[in-house]
Amino acid sequence: MTYSIASLVAGALTGHRHWKPAWRKPAPKPAYDIVVVGGGGHGLATAYHLAATFGIRNVAVVEKGWIGSGNAGRNTTIIRSNYLLPGNVPFYELSMKLWERQEADLNFNTMVSQRGVLNLYHSDSQRDAYARRGNSMRLHGIDAELLTREEVMARHPYLDYDNARFPIRGGLLQRRGGTARHDGVVWGYARAADRLGVDIIENAEVTGFLREGGRIVGVETSRGAIRAGKVGMAVAGNTSRVATLAGLRLPIESHVLQAFVSEGLKPTVDGVITFGAGHFYVSQSDKGGLVFGGDIDGYNSYAQRGNLPVIRDVCEGGMAVMPMIGRARILRHWGGIMDMSMDGSPIIDRTPIDGLYLNAGWCYGGFKATPASGMTFAHLLARDEPHPDAALLTLDRFRTGAVVDEKGMGAQPNLH
Amino acid sequence: MLITCPFCGPRDAAEFTYRGDAAPVRPAADAGEAAFFDYVYLRDNPAGPIREHWFHRAGCHGWVTVARDTRTHAIESVVAVEAAAVAEGGAR
Ligand SMILES: Cc1cc2nc3c(=O)[nH]c(=O)nc-3n(C[C@H](O)[C@H](O)[C@H](O)COP(=O)(O)OP(=O)(O)OC[C@H]3O[C@@H](n4cnc5c(N)ncnc54)[C@H](O)[C@@H]3O)c2cc1C
Ligand SMILES: [Zn+2]
Repeated sequence: MTYSIASLVAGALTGHRHWKPAWRKPAPKPAYDIVVVGGGGHGLATAYHLAATFGIRNVAVVEKGWIGSGNAGRNTTIIRSNYLLPGNVPFYELSMKLWERQEADLNFNTMVSQRGVLNLYHSDSQRDAYARRGNSMRLHGIDAELLTREEVMARHPYLDYDNARFPIRGGLLQRRGGTARHDGVVWGYARAADRLGVDIIENAEVTGFLREGGRIVGVETSRGAIRAGKVGMAVAGNTSRVATLAGLRLPIESHVLQAFVSEGLKPTVDGVITFGAGHFYVSQSDKGGLVFGGDIDGYNSYAQRGNLPVIRDVCEGGMAVMPMIGRARILRHWGGIMDMSMDGSPIIDRTPIDGLYLNAGWCYGGFKATPASGMTFAHLLARDEPHPDAALLTLDRFRTGAVVDEKGMGAQPNLH
Repeated sequence: MLITCPFCGPRDAAEFTYRGDAAPVRPAADAGEAAFFDYVYLRDNPAGPIREHWFHRAGCHGWVTVARDTRTHAIESVVAVEAAAVAEGGAR
């Protein structure tokens, strides 16, 4: 069924009994051309692009839980392409362009909302750094505006401009940035991939790899062995665990990041705001809850839950920049496990093992990457060569010294 | 999370600064590029027991080696790094 206004109206007139499951629940076939491990946004986008862009339809996505049960379904939904470095700028802008046509491409309402992303600055040096970042973006044809304090005030009168330690001096605005509905993204890619023949196999955990000679020729799963011409890994925070099954050690640590949602409020916060002095960012969901987050907890974790010190830290950051947030109650908070790569940037590359391909290291910024990650990983899997916009996101950059160190903070995962 | 510092007793983890996996050992200066690449960048990143370094920043300024489970945050032991090194029979 193709979704349209006409189909919606017709369905409404017949009591909404027309809705069908959006994707099949197939049993795994014995073999596929390509098996993608991990049914998060990235794995599903990869499968979709393998079929839609590269014409490879004999593909399976193998997911240990239900699709979107990982970080795709638990992030703060911010999308933007305000990056600085050559390795990242074209990649994230490709993603932004794909977000802009995603609903038409997928025939699914992913609720892409370009409400603007504003990074506040509080000092001269921070203004200069943002001016440089904005210039780098504009040189690449990406929109960026450096706002004065008065211009920020006009947009967001409720912020604390005269904070004694971190007065707001202005901000860097990307109007095309914003948010998207994270579950919608997962469901949209799943449905679109399924319609092109991709098998989405849920409740199948990869527990090992099939090998012949030195080559990987498939996966062992909790639903049996599945052979594959090529295997692509897109398992987000579990990359080291799955890679260990293949005997691979990686420049990655797993860390927990928490997110928070307040009770529902009337429309209050227009756009995404980040507090450049602490680590705090906030937007308002379409249901009215303030969605916010901050730092990672700061130590290796697979617990998928956070600890209180970071909750306090995030709330302090919120109070410093937006004192009115103290009047709202926190409704829920949760944690997700992410790969922290040693330079803070992702890896989309072949591995040293034949037949095994890697999509990993998204740190805490991988949701915005979902469309481009799918496009470029599918390119790599289909053609065996990197997509030009992801060519610098190699695995061996740590060995060669060509790291993509966006924040200039060195090889300390706890500093990203 | 409470970390029981061998000098100060049980303290909020927020008093400590995390300095990562205690397993990597700095190679000899002439060990070569591959050894340093491994030391600086590669990690086992276990889901389960790990030994790691924490610095008691807001306390005694001691370094401790914590044995913790990354799946549950449960802490099995905390010893001073010197004691941990002696127990392993080598200087760190
Ligand atoms: C709290 C929080 C807030 C965030 N906010 C943002 C944000 O605002 N903007 C942004 O750009 N990014 C954000 N991120 C980061 C972003 O969510 C992730 O980088 C991104 O979702 C990771 O890609 P993914 O969607 O494919 O991962 P996931 O959805 O985690 O997909 C990986 C899948 O692999 C599966 N898997 C794991 N092991 C196996 C196995 N052995 N066999 C089979 N399947 C397996 C998992 O079950 C999971 O479904 C945030 C992350 C968190 C935790
Ligand atoms: Zn102490």
